[in-house]
Amino acid sequence: MGKTLAEKVWDAHVVRRAEGEPDLLYIDLHLVHEVTSPQAFDGLRAAGRVVRRPDLTIATEDHNIPTVDVDKPIADPVSRAQVEALRKNCAEFGVPLYSLGHAEQGIVHVVGPQLGLTQPGMTVVCGDSHTSTHGAFGALAFGIGTSEVEHVLATQTLPLKPFKTMAITVDGPLPDGVTAKDLILAVIARIGTGGGQGYVLEYRGEGVRGLSMEGRMTLCNMSIEAGARAGMVAPDETTFAYLEGRDHAPRGDDWDAAVASWRSLATDDDATFDAEVVIDAGALSPFVTWGTNPGQGLPLSATVPSPEDAVDEVDRVAIERALEYMDLTPGMPLRDVRIDTVFLGSCTNGRIEDLRAAADILRGRKVADDVRMLVVPGSARVRLQAESEGLDEVFLEAGAEWRGAGCSMCLAMNPDKLTPGERSASTSNRNFEGRQGPGGRTHLVSPQVAAATAVTGHLASPADLTNA
Amino acid sequence: MEPFVRHTGTAAPLRRSNVDTDQIIPAEFLKRITRHGFEDALFHAWRQDPAFVLNQPEYAGASILVAGPDFGTGSSREHAVWALQDYGFTVVLSSRFADIFRGNSGKAGLLTAVVDQSVIESLWALIEADPSTQVTVDLDAQTVSAGSLTAEFEVDPYVRWRLLEGLDDIGITLHNVDAIEVFESSRPAFAPTTLA
Repeated sequence: MGKTLAEKVWDAHVVRRAEGEPDLLYIDLHLVHEVTSPQAFDGLRAAGRVVRRPDLTIATEDHNIPTVDVDKPIADPVSRAQVEALRKNCAEFGVPLYSLGHAEQGIVHVVGPQLGLTQPGMTVVCGDSHTSTHGAFGALAFGIGTSEVEHVLATQTLPLKPFKTMAITVDGPLPDGVTAKDLILAVIARIGTGGGQGYVLEYRGEGVRGLSMEGRMTLCNMSIEAGARAGMVAPDETTFAYLEGRDHAPRGDDWDAAVASWRSLATDDDATFDAEVVIDAGALSPFVTWGTNPGQGLPLSATVPSPEDAVDEVDRVAIERALEYMDLTPGMPLRDVRIDTVFLGSCTNGRIEDLRAAADILRGRKVADDVRMLVVPGSARVRLQAESEGLDEVFLEAGAEWRGAGCSMCLAMNPDKLTPGERSASTSNRNFEGRQGPGGRTHLVSPQVAAATAVTGHLASPADLTNA
Repeated sequence: MEPFVRHTGTAAPLRRSNVDTDQIIPAEFLKRITRHGFEDALFHAWRQDPAFVLNQPEYAGASILVAGPDFGTGSSREHAVWALQDYGFTVVLSSRFADIFRGNSGKAGLLTAVVDQSVIESLWALIEADPSTQVTVDLDAQTVSAGSLTAEFEVDPYVRWRLLEGLDDIGITLHNVDAIEVFESSRPAFAPTTLA
């Protein structure tokens, strides 16, 4: 019987298999950042262990760093101590590090792909749940905790039980105005925040094939919000074209050998998935969340749901609680929801195509008077690219703030936060209570909806601007 | 790691579903670089509300958390496990846990035991009627019992073995360093390294 993409990558990385034990899986690339690594390095030191493969490990500073005054020492002493701990650990253990101020610094999940380090068929891990992003290349990529970070540092392997496989087939092309973000929000609303639990999702079908690498990264990025450890897309010409010529991509004969190998990764015709979900692309439209988990989303054209719509008692309590936290009334059109802050950025939607899409909408328009908009590029290189295209000017002329690269308001570890009761339209990945600042309220949106919302001051799509 | 065989203590009911790790410990507290001392951060936002269950004196000292479905979703932060442990929890019961949280718990020695939602409902009723109810979680027998209730729970067999023996994962893997070396010698030549 044939194998799925995920099974092929898994099987190619089994170091040791024994009855009754998890497989010991080799890890090709380990991404490290300041927040989930200090206790792991301390563990190594306490046990007198070394980093087994610093040459397969790379670190950057992203979660905890400021996006303004990046040339000055970090003002928050606790944040500064954590970033300094990473610098000290990387120096001591020989791990390459891209620090604040370096042209390659940025969000780990933006940096890996843009350097060409993320390649098809690899296993990629990071102490960050959005490691699923790298699955866009046909890599098996998943988030791990700090104990596992220490394990990978010490052994370059992880003991793991095989995942189940789920096909998410997107039939037909995405309609105009529908993005990868709308698609993934619709998928999560469909299968729920626990629907992918125990599975690797493989995104397939015409609607996925038609996405750029950056769109595929957005899609795979939020697999974790459906409970899945990983999401994957089989590599194809789009993947190879993206990779060719990047700093760490193979060259010459190695390139040809690599592409030949990568072509063999696609799921075999006679392979079977443990579960399958089919999405009709033609029925999709811009999607936004109304609640406090990423599964609580609806088309922008819909109205705020009622606890009466719940499928069971647990769901009824969850809807009631979410409406109270979000201060929304059942039946209210989502387009009427007024927004205070727009955040454009994150590992979900902080890449150059996201910035271009938002700039195209903001060009010649203004951010509404009572709205603040933060534009935070996913990496220093994305920032430089955007500036070379004049996008910074577009954002600044529209009245948005143009920031340095990092995770920023996606998780509000740095000074970029919502205040209590403040409401955001955010291109990030999580609308949990307080995620963007204590008491803050988050609506997850695409970059296009973010830009249109910034202009109107309420949740809106670019089509609403054209019609106005 | 200390072996975990069975545990008896009082339990706190957390009548919420989809408790994400941002609720268990907000990002603000992840700036710390220590492995302990996160008890003040546990459910930080919810604990500001006097009506929150952990603010009720009758649940002080509870060491078993009985939670709704989809506990531990979202961020991979292992700090969520450390905060639960630092606060004094030894076991979390739920009908469904998020994968990464569950993996982290197994590594750090917090038992995440899966039972049917009907068992969760029965336990909620019992411990709300009498917060001093003693609940026993027996990892060896894979049962949870309280009053007249006894139910089996599900736990990964390998995690169960490691917890019962109190074994360190890295130590186990390093016994297989020869297999790692053999694997490394056969990796494709085009596989990238991070060196400039």
